[in-house]
Amino acid sequence: MKDHVELRSGAYADSVTLLQVSRAVQAAPGVVAAQVAMATGLNLEVLEGMGFAVPASSPNDMVVALRLDDDADVASVLAAVDAALAPTRQPAGDTTVAAPRTTASALRRTGVDALALVSVPGASATVEAMDALEAGHDVMVFSDNVPVAEEVALKQYAASVGALVMGPDCGTAVVDGVGLGFANAVRPGRIGIVAASGTGCQQLLALLHHAGASADGVGVRHALGVGGRDLSAAVGGLATREALRRLDADPDVDLVVVVSKPPAEEVAEALARDAQALGTPVELGLLGRGQRDLTAVAEAVLQRLGHEAPEWPVHGADNTGPATGPLLRGLFVGGTLCDESMLMATEALGPIRSNIPLSDDLALDGELLVDDHTMVDFGDDALTQGRAHPMIDPTLRNEQLARAAADPATGVILLDLVLGHGAEPDPAALLAPAIAEARRDRPVPVVVSLVGTDLDPQGLGAQRDALVAAGAEVHLSNAAATRRALDLLSRPEEGAAR
Amino acid sequence: MSTPTVVTCGADMFADAVAGQAVDVERVDWRPPMPGTEADLATVATDARRPEANRRAVEAMLGVTAHLVDVAPASEVLGLEKGQFLHAGPPITWDRASGPLRGALMGGAALEGLVDDPEDAVALFESGSSVTLEPCHHRSAVGPMAGVVTPSMWMWVLEDRATGRRTYCSLNEGLGKVLRYGAYSPEVLTRLRWMGDVLGPLLQAAVRGTDEATDVTGILTQMLQMGDEAHNRNRAGTLMLLRDLSPTMVASLETGGFAGKDVADALRFVGGNDHFFLNLAMPACKLALDAGRDVPGSTMVVAMARNGTDFGIQVSGTGDEWFTGPAQVAEGLFLGDYGPDDANPDIGDSAITETAGIGGFAMATAPAIVRLVGGSVPDALATTRRMHEITLAENPRWSVPVLEFQGTPTGIDVTKVCRTGILPQINTGMAGAVAGVGQVGAGLVTPPAEIFPKALAALAAHVPSA
Repeated sequence: MKDHVELRSGAYADSVTLLQVSRAVQAAPGVVAAQVAMATGLNLEVLEGMGFAVPASSPNDMVVALRLDDDADVASVLAAVDAALAPTRQPAGDTTVAAPRTTASALRRTGVDALALVSVPGASATVEAMDALEAGHDVMVFSDNVPVAEEVALKQYAASVGALVMGPDCGTAVVDGVGLGFANAVRPGRIGIVAASGTGCQQLLALLHHAGASADGVGVRHALGVGGRDLSAAVGGLATREALRRLDADPDVDLVVVVSKPPAEEVAEALARDAQALGTPVELGLLGRGQRDLTAVAEAVLQRLGHEAPEWPVHGADNTGPATGPLLRGLFVGGTLCDESMLMATEALGPIRSNIPLSDDLALDGELLVDDHTMVDFGDDALTQGRAHPMIDPTLRNEQLARAAADPATGVILLDLVLGHGAEPDPAALLAPAIAEARRDRPVPVVVSLVGTDLDPQGLGAQRDALVAAGAEVHLSNAAATRRALDLLSRPEEGAAR
Repeated sequence: MSTPTVVTCGADMFADAVAGQAVDVERVDWRPPMPGTEADLATVATDARRPEANRRAVEAMLGVTAHLVDVAPASEVLGLEKGQFLHAGPPITWDRASGPLRGALMGGAALEGLVDDPEDAVALFESGSSVTLEPCHHRSAVGPMAGVVTPSMWMWVLEDRATGRRTYCSLNEGLGKVLRYGAYSPEVLTRLRWMGDVLGPLLQAAVRGTDEATDVTGILTQMLQMGDEAHNRNRAGTLMLLRDLSPTMVASLETGGFAGKDVADALRFVGGNDHFFLNLAMPACKLALDAGRDVPGSTMVVAMARNGTDFGIQVSGTGDEWFTGPAQVAEGLFLGDYGPDDANPDIGDSAITETAGIGGFAMATAPAIVRLVGGSVPDALATTRRMHEITLAENPRWSVPVLEFQGTPTGIDVTKVCRTGILPQINTGMAGAVAGVGQVGAGLVTPPAEIFPKALAALAAHVPSA
């Protein structure tokens, strides 16, 4: 081994650079140890500790101290020192700012007026939603599987800061014309909607949009979702109250409509009192036994605004023959549409078995096809755990459609299909073949309520035509579709044409 | 109501659908939280006390101005008695102590005259009789690296004049073979004795003789604009301190009867030690953070500290409880022919600077530091920006020019660390693993991830049931 120590007067580099240079030189071939450093007291101590003999120097000198294998070439190692010392001015690199990792961080970047839309898994949704509320922002929580206690906590906190929580499990909102989640593109207008139901809201949007084509001034300014449990006893309408307050305060809203899945009785009563106290007229469209269906609510809204209800469109009625059996099979992606159909069907057929039953004794327990009238909501929490919503992934419903069609007791199949922002780009392309396959061996009547508008990205007409071509009868009104199915079941021997 | 911008957190298709309607969208890069933390995160998130508690903790912390009010021996200001040793980090016993902590304790025992030869102190500490070990943090103090404080060591005394609260830190010995890195050779003890006999009394005279007490928080404000991040780089701060103290140090030639040579030695020592100000930055940070302690419901970290074996944190809402895990070995550059195998795991109370939002958190203002691990200037900017993801606020006094004078990321939030998996970035020196070696390098390190879920679980357990 041999040592080479040299002083370089007038050379300077900062200590961090020199540590890097030393490390680079240490890696050069033939180098046992290397230290390139300014000759400060501390560094001389280090060099001494390594066994180097350093000549008299000043702290402004640079010391190059090398310990080399006997056969190493000093000149080439010194060249490596020079190369490591040479300034390397690399391009500044990527200076783009990394994306925010939390809702709080994102809201700090966007400023005061932003709205948050949370759709992470339910176990993490509350945490993200609280970020928004804490910063004073409204939040829509699309996520489902959020415990009700967390929903209550979120909404109580929101009430304390005057913020609005749309959700959890809020599928649809339209805020100042912008559709959030699954929302239909609609003509703007002066109606405000509060919806404790995503697909109920979408049904209303679709019906009012259709009517608005021939009725001046019918359009929707805001549709504020509040989540399907908001009018339950546990939540007590916390978000509905805030949404009503917002719409009442908006000078551009002339009429407010509230739609909901069947609410808790006492909450519905309190809501009715609250609504009466508002300056803006409120049309309450709460589903329930003996209550109006959604289409009737839309018609009442039109009437209030001075318009006749239009004829709700039907296509493909010629496809439909007599019922092929005694039982009704409803297979829904929209929970409220399922509720609405169940309420109507119960009056005509008696009890309906369901995974979201009207009473507990009618619950389907795992098996979705039983020897009874059945209606299944594929968007229910229990069926979406660990998988996408059926509006995005229709696999489960299509499987069940095939099973229902194969059951000889099945008389009529009732389906829904929902268009709009956020939904599949071409859902009919997935559903139509399943319908055609279901009707291949036996012409089971398939009645579809197709909820959408001609402004929706999927195009209402094209979707409807595809379903009709596959053998379905397509309605815009879910109530009308349900009524048609019930009518077919009540007249099993009669033909199709209306 | 109007929607100029929508922040989306979750499914990209909803963000796409909103963007498709010509609305500005800010997308959160959401990822699942640290494993097993979902339930505790929800519990703590919905703790009604939390938002206000965190606001209070942050405000209390940011409201503190640290003034340098005195320099005095630990025996006087901390009431330390012979045989009592303070150390860095969470509590530890001799049998679990790492090399550098042992080395510093051995040197400290010799300094106090408990033993003649530091090597003899091993038996003393093994027996445990007549010696006690206690964290600096338990005495309102902080100590860099081993952080060993003995009764005869002189301490900086910082005060929050609004409340009269005080914090303390020893005087910085310089780099290389020094006690805090575990070295205890005769030169180390000689320097410490000179610091006790000459430097301490001189600084005391200087501080007591200054009409206006030095505003340490104010110096931190300035040094952050001058390329220091106040943990691994304290050059500007040290020189500003010298600017404040040197007139009265020189004046003490007459008033205090000090010798000219002593004053010159002291000035040379301070000016030649780029890290001298670190020991003022640290207690200033602690003074601020202590104001944020004990706010029920607050998820703000009020201390991060390492003893060379364990890394511990304390959180505002959980009192004095330490949440600990194994200290990690820093990644960085090494002095001389030392390498990673020579380095001791992370040690020192100096991570109090990061806890307060400087040090590694202010990396963007001191790009030179990021090169300790071969990083680049953009890395430095990215580091500071990343720390904003896990903090509650920005410090309006401590700002980073290159980030458009954005305030430093302040108030580490246990929940945000668990949610993002982003760990606090700490700039640090590296001590040799063997007692007596001293400093072997410097670099970057993070806490062990598991201590944050531990702290979160304790916070969740403290949430009153609804």
